[in-house]
Amino acid sequence: MRGGGKTNRAALVFLLPFGTLFVLFFVLPIGYAVNESLYKLKRSGLGFGTPERVFSGLANYAAVFRDGTFLSGVRRLLLFGIVQVPIMLGLALVLALILDGYAARFTRFFRLVYFLPYAVPGVIAAIVWSFLYTPEISPFGLDLLGDGVVLWSIGNIVTWTWTGFNMLVIYAALKAIPRELCEAAAMDGASPWRVAWSIKVPMVRPSLILTGVFSIIGTLQLFNEPTVLTGVTTAVSKSYTPLMWSLQVALDNNDYSLGSAIAIVLAVLAGALSFLFLRLSAWLTRRGVM
Amino acid sequence: MRASMRAQVLTTAFLFVVAVYILLPLWWLVVSATKSGGDLFDTPGLWFGELHFAGNVERVMSQDGGLYPRWLLNTLIYSGGGALGATLLAAMAGYALAKYPFRGRGAVFAVIMGAVLIPAPLITLPLYLLESRLGLLNTVWGVLLPCMVSPFGVYLARAYAEAAVPDTLLEAGRIDGAGELRIFFTVGIRLMAPALVTLFLFQFVAIWNNFFLPMMVLNDQALWPVTLGLVKWHGIRTGFLRDAVVTGALISIVPVILAFVSLQRFWKADLAAGSVKL
Repeated sequence: MRGGGKTNRAALVFLLPFGTLFVLFFVLPIGYAVNESLYKLKRSGLGFGTPERVFSGLANYAAVFRDGTFLSGVRRLLLFGIVQVPIMLGLALVLALILDGYAARFTRFFRLVYFLPYAVPGVIAAIVWSFLYTPEISPFGLDLLGDGVVLWSIGNIVTWTWTGFNMLVIYAALKAIPRELCEAAAMDGASPWRVAWSIKVPMVRPSLILTGVFSIIGTLQLFNEPTVLTGVTTAVSKSYTPLMWSLQVALDNNDYSLGSAIAIVLAVLAGALSFLFLRLSAWLTRRGVM
Repeated sequence: MRASMRAQVLTTAFLFVVAVYILLPLWWLVVSATKSGGDLFDTPGLWFGELHFAGNVERVMSQDGGLYPRWLLNTLIYSGGGALGATLLAAMAGYALAKYPFRGRGAVFAVIMGAVLIPAPLITLPLYLLESRLGLLNTVWGVLLPCMVSPFGVYLARAYAEAAVPDTLLEAGRIDGAGELRIFFTVGIRLMAPALVTLFLFQFVAIWNNFFLPMMVLNDQALWPVTLGLVKWHGIRTGFLRDAVVTGALISIVPVILAFVSLQRFWKADLAAGSVKL
């Protein structure tokens, strides 16, 4: 097909509705935030009167990194990500392998059950778990909202919500592996574990990488669950994660410039981490580790 | 192939334990929604107390002048309307990118792929600042329109269109004298339909999950989705709305869970992951 003037026009018509909203609600906000982050509000004299908006270069970005709140938030997320993401993805992988194998019974039922939390919004899951964490109400009678454990209580909510979804993505990839391949290996005397580890896992690597990238990005934007918990425990402050802090800075302190700078730093960090993860898994593959 | 008895028991037992973990909070929610506020404390958490479900439903429906039913309706509007819009826009854009070799196609696609890597919550604050300039704060449109932008949806729709819509069929339509729009709505969208249902479902859940955007944009309680409303009720320190929060949470997720179970065959994770074996 040659793209004549007529088809060019048609392509434009098809792209226009999405394109308009995309520019308005995606591109423009980013541009606006970048611009905003380069200015500072300067209060003159004693701070009375209208503050003046002056160009400040990268000063807001320097302020982000100088602030202990940001660094402690990032450190918290790193710790969270290093522990929670492997647990969740490991569990999802094991479940998918078992469901795909031929040993377990009632697999249709279990698959459905594991997928149910995906229908529950993160904040509602957090509300329900927050009751289960409150000693007076909880059937377990444990205080899971204290300073030391609350991060892992949040990790539990995220794991509960997302394991099933990740399992389904991996499971779909497992289903696409030709059956004969695994059967041939079994014929040759490979144990089911061996088949799973040496044939199935390497063949679903792309879906593991995909869920890995999703999880890293998800960790960096951790917001919903801790925000809900601020209502029931003092162990979660309003600046517990960097995204929560950006909101506190922008809305409570009315500092849109610093708030924008935090949001942009986070977006860049998310992109960089995902990129790094992709490179790392490619490198591990070449070395034959994965 | 048959597995050994031992393997069957062990794997099934493991699946069972995980299922208990998944179902436990949902079971607690069902049980607690039938209890009075006092019984939440005084009776064992995982078993029923005195039946108080009707009273709880009445309370949640009438609390604060009947806000809760309104929140449910708003949620339906945001998630349903937003997902419908997002799916249609993504289908059109993806179809154009797959089927029209116009100039600059590669560049347009590259920009959209770049946007896939930027998670929506990270631009919510910038979006809020922009919307305050555009006068969209505290309006239904302030939530609905941004929800209709799904770069990942465009990426998927493009893959679907490439796999499912043959060029020859489009050529045949042209020879018959049909316009491009007509060809899309009679041929293209029909062939893409199964994948578009999947796209709609995933977008529906994404909006239903998105609590950050409405929290930023909407001040007026009457415009809130149910998630935002419940979080605000839950956050009241005295906890006097506890029974309403529990019952409200249950009522809000039951329809979605039912829809999930009945639409099971449309949940194709491989489609969502970009695979296009239709």
